[in-house]
Amino acid sequence: MTSTSASSTVGGSRTERVRSPSGVDWFLIGAITLVIAACVNVLMFTPTELRQGLAQKIFYIHVPAAITGLYFSVIPMAIVSGMYLWLKDERLDRIAESLAEVALVFVAVVLCTGPFWGKPIWGTYWQWEARLTSTLFLSFVLVGYLVMRGAIEQPEPRARLSAIIGIMAGCLVPFIHLTVYMFTTLHPMPIVLTPNFTRANLSPEMLRSFLYSLAAFLTLYLAMARNRYRWATERDRLQLLEDQR
Amino acid sequence: MSAPPSVELSYRPPGFVRDAIRVAKKDLLIEFRTRSAFMAAAVFAVLSSVIFRFTWEQSRISPLDVAPGVLWVIFAFSGLLGLHRSFGVELADRALDAMLASPMSRESIFAGKALANLAFVACVQALTLPAVGLFFNLPAESFWWGIVAVSLLASIGLVAVGTLFAAITSNTRLAELLLPMLALPFFVPVVIPAAQATSLLMNGRPFSEATDWIKILAAFDIVFVAVSTVAFPFTLEE
Repeated sequence: MTSTSASSTVGGSRTERVRSPSGVDWFLIGAITLVIAACVNVLMFTPTELRQGLAQKIFYIHVPAAITGLYFSVIPMAIVSGMYLWLKDERLDRIAESLAEVALVFVAVVLCTGPFWGKPIWGTYWQWEARLTSTLFLSFVLVGYLVMRGAIEQPEPRARLSAIIGIMAGCLVPFIHLTVYMFTTLHPMPIVLTPNFTRANLSPEMLRSFLYSLAAFLTLYLAMARNRYRWATERDRLQLLEDQR
Repeated sequence: MSAPPSVELSYRPPGFVRDAIRVAKKDLLIEFRTRSAFMAAAVFAVLSSVIFRFTWEQSRISPLDVAPGVLWVIFAFSGLLGLHRSFGVELADRALDAMLASPMSRESIFAGKALANLAFVACVQALTLPAVGLFFNLPAESFWWGIVAVSLLASIGLVAVGTLFAAITSNTRLAELLLPMLALPFFVPVVIPAAQATSLLMNGRPFSEATDWIKILAAFDIVFVAVSTVAFPFTLEE
């Protein structure tokens, strides 16, 4: 076994190469730098919205985190979970597990940043409106998914049953988005992810900053998921070695 | 020496619906004989409606404003009591293995379990509705038929998701804790529209005003009944 790579039998008969976790993860460092740069760009070089003032700047963190957490984490998790049930490749299970944890981080960012915008604009930190409530409950689904993984010791049933929850969570997300249109609530209606994207109601500077923030958050999401996947691979490899001993 | 009796070798597998009804009958018969889960759910439902009656200022808030929420909290939590029992009874003596060894399809086992759970939830609701009506002094008007229809529609979604999660959590160490933890977030898109539709109907609004909420319930039912039926066989894989 070399210091940079190692052959592993994790995955049953499959062999995969695992890099050493001791190396510096430049992708993650680059992603964090991009997010910091996006925050600086939002604070220093993006015009302040006339009516909402500084509070509106939270939009550049809150919305990209929501899009990443809800659509780029939970839905891929559901797709990967479905693929696991079909292909029975445990690497897919590790990807789903990684995406669930990363999704929970981003949903937590959404739930933490929302109140800071809500207090000056709505006059209250928390409002029981449909979308906010649904996002909160989606975080409960993710917590339940991760707790359930911890409650099953055998890898195969754990992966199989988790995959089912993953698919169900993915089916829940469209209901969350639908609630925005079906309920008349206090939550601002989508201004970028509208059915007609070309009519996005943002100034060009704001839209540019928003898209830059979204790209930064997506990069961070990829870097975190990649790191978490590596950790899960190492954990399973260690478990396999302990079982063989 | 007489000829040996002829043995019928050709076997015609019973239909999906017939198998599902057979499984549902078995579950309901067990419940009818033991009455353990139903009694627990019934007592829970009546006790909850009594306790809720003392948690709000009766002179300032109309019972019509509180009753829909009370009803749906009771429906959601009492349903969980029956759902947990659904697969719990199959764990003793590995009864589930015997069921899997039978020629019934796994989808029909799921449909049977869900049907039995639906009957269980409907019976608890049939007891809860008059109890809440009585304790909250609700008027005996025709809106109750609409509420019964909404309750049945919502129960289909609740039972489909709940039965699947009961099958999943029965394989885990923390079944009693995990079932509500997993199922309740999925109940939210059912409970919110159902409670809103119930509120509209109780306040004398026409049924047509509740149509949007009922559409959400119907969409949820279609999506999650289909997904749960397809996903269920994977919970039983050896």
